[in-house]
Amino acid sequence: MRVGWAASRTLVPDMSDPVYLDHAATTPMVPAAVEALTKHLLEVGNPSSLHASGRHARRVVEESRETIAQALNCRPGEVVFTSGGTEADNLAIKGLHWSRVAELGPAPRLISSSVEHHAVLDPLDWLAEGEEAEVRLLAVDATGRVDLDELARLLAERPVSMVSVMWANNEVGTLQPIEEVVALAAEHGVPVHTDAVQAVGAVPVDFAHSGVDALTLTGHKVGGPYGVGALVVRRELELTPLVHGGGQERDIRSGTLDTPAIAGFAAAVELAVKHQADHAARVSALRDELVRGVLAVVPDAVLNGDPVRRLPGNAHFSFPGCEGDSLLMLLDARGIECSTGSACSAGVPQASHVLLAMGRSEADARSSLRFSLGHSSTAADVAALVEAIGPCVERARAAKA
Amino acid sequence: MKVLAAMSGGVDSAVAAARAAEAGHDVTGIHLALSRNPASYRSGARGCCTIEDSNDARRAADVIGIPFYVWDLSERFHADVVEDFMDEYAAGRTPNPCLRCNEKIKFAAVLERGLALGFDAVATGHYAQLRTGSDGLIELHRAVDGGKDQSYVLGVLDQQQLAHSLFPLGDTPKPEVRAEAARRGLLVADKPDSHDICFVADGDNAGWLREKLGERAPNHGGAIVDEAGVELGRHDGTYAYTIGQRKGLRIGTPAPDGEPRFVLDIEPVSGTVTVGPRDRLAVHRLRGIKPRWCGTVPTRLAGSVQLRAHGEELPATVTVDGDQVEVELHAPAYGIAPGQAAVVYDGTRVVGSATIAATEREPA
Repeated sequence: MRVGWAASRTLVPDMSDPVYLDHAATTPMVPAAVEALTKHLLEVGNPSSLHASGRHARRVVEESRETIAQALNCRPGEVVFTSGGTEADNLAIKGLHWSRVAELGPAPRLISSSVEHHAVLDPLDWLAEGEEAEVRLLAVDATGRVDLDELARLLAERPVSMVSVMWANNEVGTLQPIEEVVALAAEHGVPVHTDAVQAVGAVPVDFAHSGVDALTLTGHKVGGPYGVGALVVRRELELTPLVHGGGQERDIRSGTLDTPAIAGFAAAVELAVKHQADHAARVSALRDELVRGVLAVVPDAVLNGDPVRRLPGNAHFSFPGCEGDSLLMLLDARGIECSTGSACSAGVPQASHVLLAMGRSEADARSSLRFSLGHSSTAADVAALVEAIGPCVERARAAKA
Repeated sequence: MKVLAAMSGGVDSAVAAARAAEAGHDVTGIHLALSRNPASYRSGARGCCTIEDSNDARRAADVIGIPFYVWDLSERFHADVVEDFMDEYAAGRTPNPCLRCNEKIKFAAVLERGLALGFDAVATGHYAQLRTGSDGLIELHRAVDGGKDQSYVLGVLDQQQLAHSLFPLGDTPKPEVRAEAARRGLLVADKPDSHDICFVADGDNAGWLREKLGERAPNHGGAIVDEAGVELGRHDGTYAYTIGQRKGLRIGTPAPDGEPRFVLDIEPVSGTVTVGPRDRLAVHRLRGIKPRWCGTVPTRLAGSVQLRAHGEELPATVTVDGDQVEVELHAPAYGIAPGQAAVVYDGTRVVGSATIAATEREPA
């Protein structure tokens, strides 16, 4: 059996070995990242200190920054470390918007899409509620792809602070036309941010070539540690800081840098990008097998998202007549782990805003499950799901009748 | 058995789940989310709708070592319990939403879904006991701890529902349950008991109804009159009153005899609230509708009835004719409001229940 490039299956804690199909939520750390992280855990040294230990820690941080820069084709100075994707998204949205307000005057338009992650949507709502921005969310088509005509129109109407469109959707896996978004925004001199949390390591992501001005990535989606991520942001752009303090990261972000986590993050990004093509080929073949298998057993299941332009590890289905949370529970009881989409803090499954934006009904949205494959996924995982899904769907349908 | 343990986040349901697991059942904990937006019904206060309660339930499930999920029952709860609660108050009656929730949600929507998903029973932290009778039927009995007994709110369960229920706490006094929770390392061991209606913040029924009923309120004010029809004051809506209520009547002039006055009657259409002395509340007979029987339907029974949660047990003769239940009280009861449930007991055994439709008082 062919396993992933990192072959890190052994690192997954033994919980009677669940079939883990939720890599889009978080993926196991790869051995190189664990090694890089643990290597620095027992070393003392604040990267901002001036003595030898401090210099050593700073060197680790800067080498990590350079590693990430090389992997993403940006300049090292453009990598701003954060506590993860949510902070990076918040920094990009608020930081860039606020700095643009100084240029454009109060409450300029801010364009994003209706299928963004809540780490983007919630800061947008917050800015809109405070009347700091006129937020416009681009509609998407039935596959979840943004409407570029609408983008062109919205850009032409009035001053726009920024455009934020995700590289790849975390729920249905649809890839967005980032190059076209960048080209349209460039006609008006409007900076573009993209949440590439799901994209890095899954599809080619080249910061300089893409033309985006800011890009979010996070450690735990690429085989690195939790709690560390970065906003890659063009040197020329001014960002208003959200967290004030020592000004450690370009005066844009304060807080003592987490040297071990950053080292682990860099190791993971380096490997994920290096192996991206192989990984995508292997995982998309598994994913195609999963889709075929599920549709063979449940012929009326609907594969959501773009059939081709999608993340290699993503398979997102609606199962008519089922509650997604019933299905999730039944699969979980069989040791198969997947996701219904976004959950609120109380753990109540909400109908996915992504599917609703794609024009699907609330019932469709609530009947959906996401299976996401990653570097440790195997054909046996897919076979286990295909074997279990039929009886689980049957049972979930009975429970809803 | 595969058991669904409904976990509110309180101490009782946590210990009930732990006991079910210890008894060898394959237990899965579920917390019922009864509001999509937990803050919309109530916030900050304890109850069954807050995120803290959901987290408490989750932590209890972790300690017990069982899987845990949140089930979204908000739509069913709103339709079957909250709407019913509002309709009943709007009609001048006094509903008990906890019974409705047990009848329609915990032992219906949840049980049905659980059975379909492959579970055999629902376990809750209610204080009540189940026994198998000589006829083979499952009997519902009062709990050992009389002070905590909750058989009243379970009096709506039929044989089918009882056959798929577990009440692991029925044989234990509450203080022992708390001690056991502490012994088991459940952090909810000293969490205070909940008493109020879970979706009404701070127990302020009238305020909640004023806000939620809005246009649906049958009236937004009317007269408070004595039995002779003399107006004694005004009120802001009949839904804020319940029969037998004494406090908050805001009547300026005292009664001629100096005795306190109570709400005797509520007329939602005209908006009239009638008040009078306590002895005028004395009820000798009442008529119940929509009966729910736990097992065999009785025809005539000399037993007892309980007319409110934690109310007294009143000796009574109960006669059943189809959907009509006549209750003859051996001694008068006071402050009995239509809409409340009359739960019929034969000794400690719950026979069934009916919703009070009308009460008979001595003519003036």
